[in-house]
Amino acid sequence: MSQYILLRHRDTPNLHTLDGYQASGGFAAFQKAVTTMKPEEVLQEVKDSGLRERGGAGFPTGIKWSFLPDKIWPHYVVANADESEPGTFKDRELLEENPFQFLEGLMLACYAVQANLGYVYLRGEFWQISEQIDGCIAALESAGLLGENLFGGNYKLSLHTHLGAGAYICGEETALLESIEGHLGQPRLRPPFPATSGLFNKPTVINNVETLANVPPIVEHGAAWYHTFGTEKSPGTKIFSLSGNINKPGNYELPLGTPFRELIYGHGGGIPGGRGVKAIMAAGASSTLILADDKALDTPMDYESTLQELGAPLGSASVIVVDDAVNIGWLVKKTANFFKHESCGKCTPCREGTYWMDHITQRLIEGEASLQDVDLLYNVATQMQGRNLCALGEFSTMAVTSGIEKFRDDFEALVKK
Amino acid sequence: MNEFQEKNSDEIRQILAKYPPEYKRSAVMPLLHIAQRRKGYVSPDDIRNIAEILDISSTDVASVSGFYTLFHEEEGGRYRIQICTDLPCALRGAETFLQSVCAELGVAPGETTSDGFFTVEEVKCLAACHRAPVLQVQGEDEIIYHENQTLETFRTLIEDLRRHGQAQKEGA
Repeated sequence: MSQYILLRHRDTPNLHTLDGYQASGGFAAFQKAVTTMKPEEVLQEVKDSGLRERGGAGFPTGIKWSFLPDKIWPHYVVANADESEPGTFKDRELLEENPFQFLEGLMLACYAVQANLGYVYLRGEFWQISEQIDGCIAALESAGLLGENLFGGNYKLSLHTHLGAGAYICGEETALLESIEGHLGQPRLRPPFPATSGLFNKPTVINNVETLANVPPIVEHGAAWYHTFGTEKSPGTKIFSLSGNINKPGNYELPLGTPFRELIYGHGGGIPGGRGVKAIMAAGASSTLILADDKALDTPMDYESTLQELGAPLGSASVIVVDDAVNIGWLVKKTANFFKHESCGKCTPCREGTYWMDHITQRLIEGEASLQDVDLLYNVATQMQGRNLCALGEFSTMAVTSGIEKFRDDFEALVKK
Repeated sequence: MNEFQEKNSDEIRQILAKYPPEYKRSAVMPLLHIAQRRKGYVSPDDIRNIAEILDISSTDVASVSGFYTLFHEEEGGRYRIQICTDLPCALRGAETFLQSVCAELGVAPGETTSDGFFTVEEVKCLAACHRAPVLQVQGEDEIIYHENQTLETFRTLIEDLRRHGQAQKEGA
């Protein structure tokens, strides 16, 4: 088989059309599931595959599905296509080039939890993609793959798109649900969790686009096959979005457990001008900064190793490479400003904390900060940690604290002499 | 039935059919998108009309419109040139690119050119980090990405947009 499980469009022509997708075996998994498998069997297969959420959290997908209670109906499945993390552009490629594999995954997820209605939430900037997905859904309806009495049985399914309008926070799953319900994209207090009270107050599964694109091959080839890729605890392949100071930026689908060095120097072609790597951000702007020494470069990129060996979560695997010409104080100013802009304002630590971190880092890059300001910045960030309503507030502090801990000289170089 | 509803009745009916009837409010963003696309901004009349269609207050609609960055409550240029300067793009020269674009058009970020064609805006991540510098053009009925930009490609782009916008103006 080809080297790709997800980015199959790179060597299969016309995969973005329904005919092209079906010609390469598309919707065989969905037909097999609906006509020969019980919903719980589909769920079990995904659970056994060990597939983990590709949006950032790395939570096991099958277990997430199994949390839906069977006494409260209807169930909903929502696909999270709000891809907005700086450094992440993998879902966009899947949506544009291999949309039917993603949609088939969404349809299998719906079948597994017995949902008859699914939504695709797209970030507002994906306006053209949203029109494209609407076209795909219409094609599926005409082909009898969506609608009533699928394959002559009792199962019925409809899908709709919902377009956001510019808000990073809507990638947070409860903010996303608020947004679909026509409110400001602000996270909900949990519990209750979406699994019991999600969209329209009903049990809801929310999965990332890349997660769902993994489901058709898992159902088609089985959990054991899926385990032949990746590591024991992080099976499968992952799309690594590579950006920053790198010769060949782009999406690379590689088995989980591939070392940073192979991605950066092998696939990515190294650093422009032959410069050295100073830092790596493995999870976009939300990253804990990794000091790019030999140990880091040889660390496998999977959900366990990166965290345990480098203290940095893999997140959405949006690898931003930072070369040795970059001042980390400047870099932290960029991330702090991003989070200040995107904080939804609902909880005080994040709303105020991101404001002050942006303020202090601005002073820093203007050469107006004192040494005490570096400590103040660190202090604001650590005071925020563990006190935010959702992960955005936590993420906003990661580059700040790890930056000061690992690259303090860079900050001191910027203070007023 | 208000004017907004009359003009867009088919589209509004299709949108409302996507959501459970008791959660009609879910249609607020799709309806704001219609308003934004038609005129390039959301007017106070649009807000009132949308509120009436969805049985919610104008304040509710205005709060949603105000929260999301792609809804604009003031008229901008015919085209909004939105340039990402977030970290991955900045590492690939996006901040310098923004400065050159502003110099080329003779405006600061947030300002509109005197002919009313272009508003330059600095925006957050557009999921195109590998093809930076990148900008999106938000105009009437469109949001289009332009990737791997240089000052030369940008000059060609604004010439095309100007020609297109001018032709529309004369046609109308």
